[in-house]
Amino acid sequence: MSAAEEVVAEGHEAVEAVPKRAMTLGTGTSLVVLAALIIAPVFVKNFIIFQMTMLLIYGLAVLALNILTGGSGQFSLGQSAFYAVGAYTTAVLMEHFNVNYALTLPIAGVVCFGFGFLFGQPALRLSGVYLALATFALATAMPQLLKLNFLEHWTGGVQGLVVTKPDAPFGLKMSQDMWLYYFTLVVTIAIYIFAVNLLRSRSGRAFMAIRDNEIAASAMGVDVALYKTLAFGVSAAITGIAGSLGAIAVQFVAPDSYTITLAISLFLGMVVGGVGWLPGSIVGAAFIIFVPNIAEGISKGLSGAVFGVLLFLVIYLVPHGARQVAILGQQLAGKLRKN
Amino acid sequence: MELFTNQVLAGIATGAIYACMALAVVMIYQAIDHLNFAQGEMAMFSTFISWQLMQWGVPYWAAFIITLAFSFVAGIAIERILFKPLAKAPVLTNVAGFIALFAIINSSAGLIWDFTIKQYPTPFGSAPFLGSQLISTHQAGMIGVTVLLLLGLYFFFQYTRIGLAMRAAASVPESARLVGINTSWMIALGWGMATAIGSIAGMLIAPVVFLEPNMMGGVLIYGFAAAVLGGLTSPFGAVVGGFLVGIFENLAGTYIPGVGNELKLPIALALIISVLVVKPAGLFGRHIVKRV
Repeated sequence: MSAAEEVVAEGHEAVEAVPKRAMTLGTGTSLVVLAALIIAPVFVKNFIIFQMTMLLIYGLAVLALNILTGGSGQFSLGQSAFYAVGAYTTAVLMEHFNVNYALTLPIAGVVCFGFGFLFGQPALRLSGVYLALATFALATAMPQLLKLNFLEHWTGGVQGLVVTKPDAPFGLKMSQDMWLYYFTLVVTIAIYIFAVNLLRSRSGRAFMAIRDNEIAASAMGVDVALYKTLAFGVSAAITGIAGSLGAIAVQFVAPDSYTITLAISLFLGMVVGGVGWLPGSIVGAAFIIFVPNIAEGISKGLSGAVFGVLLFLVIYLVPHGARQVAILGQQLAGKLRKN
Repeated sequence: MELFTNQVLAGIATGAIYACMALAVVMIYQAIDHLNFAQGEMAMFSTFISWQLMQWGVPYWAAFIITLAFSFVAGIAIERILFKPLAKAPVLTNVAGFIALFAIINSSAGLIWDFTIKQYPTPFGSAPFLGSQLISTHQAGMIGVTVLLLLGLYFFFQYTRIGLAMRAAASVPESARLVGINTSWMIALGWGMATAIGSIAGMLIAPVVFLEPNMMGGVLIYGFAAAVLGGLTSPFGAVVGGFLVGIFENLAGTYIPGVGNELKLPIALALIISVLVVKPAGLFGRHIVKRV
């Protein structure tokens, strides 16, 4: 093998390494954010509560991608596919089998875990751009798979399925939107805590070892194949749960709600929030929910362009996304305190 | 039997388009080691430019040439302004850049020309080719233009100094720089040529899929499939892959029950994944070695 054939992407690392401690918020800040999230819905209208629910749901989906990319260094432009599988699992279970909405979440999680784990098998042999390519193709193909004729009895084909919004239980005097918000909040917090602990655990360290140097990781005895597919599975499971919640919140699933555009939005949310910084997921989610609204307000059809331009600004000016802004803010606050 | 021949010929015609897209993708991949996810959108935008020129009364072939020139310059400009600064950035940042470019071009095309589906003219007509019922003149034209393009590129890369310099810059940048080749501008040139090739693909396929901002979605996925099948490191492989994928797509659509137009994209997905799993280097690609 000549030297010329050995030119491999040297110096092209997949993702910049993020130290483990820089991945989460301190306890104090976390509690303040949590309190704000609990109190806020009492003061606002139902539509805003709905948007806050969507914020949490997209936050979860971005968090899932963050575990995959920021944690284990693998790409995915195909998160919309997992989101769609989760959403459809819930919709089919609720409408055809009358399963309670809360019970559909773990089922969707398990189904997506399986799907992600299986998709992770071929993806194992791919890295960097190849993986981005395979997942990109998955996301593009998903709407067509959902429209398949022989699945139409279950999925409703192009028309999709209508999902009933649940009432608040135990006779609580709460609007459906508000109940769903608190339900989503509880699920989100549970998954966030799970994610933080996962990254601090043995598995999390294995993910990060693989991200930083796959060969060194395997030399240290990390089962690279297992942990890579595991990261895919966990990420898909969380995305699937987000998809289920999304289906319940929107009350509707249809193949064309889960196109490549959704996958791109989630990817964008991760980059804006800061790759590998878990709290940034919610910042990224806010970005992908509110920026298109503002852009559409300026001119219809403009949202893609605004998205793109902002994304370029982020990768040039603040390549670490919201994490970088947060660190700058902290340093500034520290200086002010000293003076 | 006639159905079979018919489908193979139709496959070669669409395969010509996939070959062009795959070639464009591979040229950029060779230059900077990244897949251009916005390749299809760039081609779509060029096609809109040519459509606009024709609306203003410019004849087809003049519009064709002007669009090629425009795409060439635009490709170079995009590389110089947007992607040159990212040369040393991690893969993730580059992918994000391509996705951003995708969104910007798609949405601005929709903004300028709106999302309604438009007819696009063909200079070849759509009568049966040479009186046979097998392919139409437009399909024959697609094959003809692609073959001419490929021959032109072959002579450019084999027999011109600048073609040689581009090959050198793509395979061993350090040594190329030592012998005085401006590798940075060779990359820009590669971008310009890839964009121009993509625009040819766009203008040839537009009469078939009709003109609209999302027209290249499926074509790009098939272009990727072709590039992967032929090997991402081999322009020749990309072309062969393009024709093979075109034929495969048509035959699968005709003979496998249940696979119609509605399964077009999942077939491409299955193809990409199986090639990547079974033979990641593709049919003609170099085997990639990782340096420890």
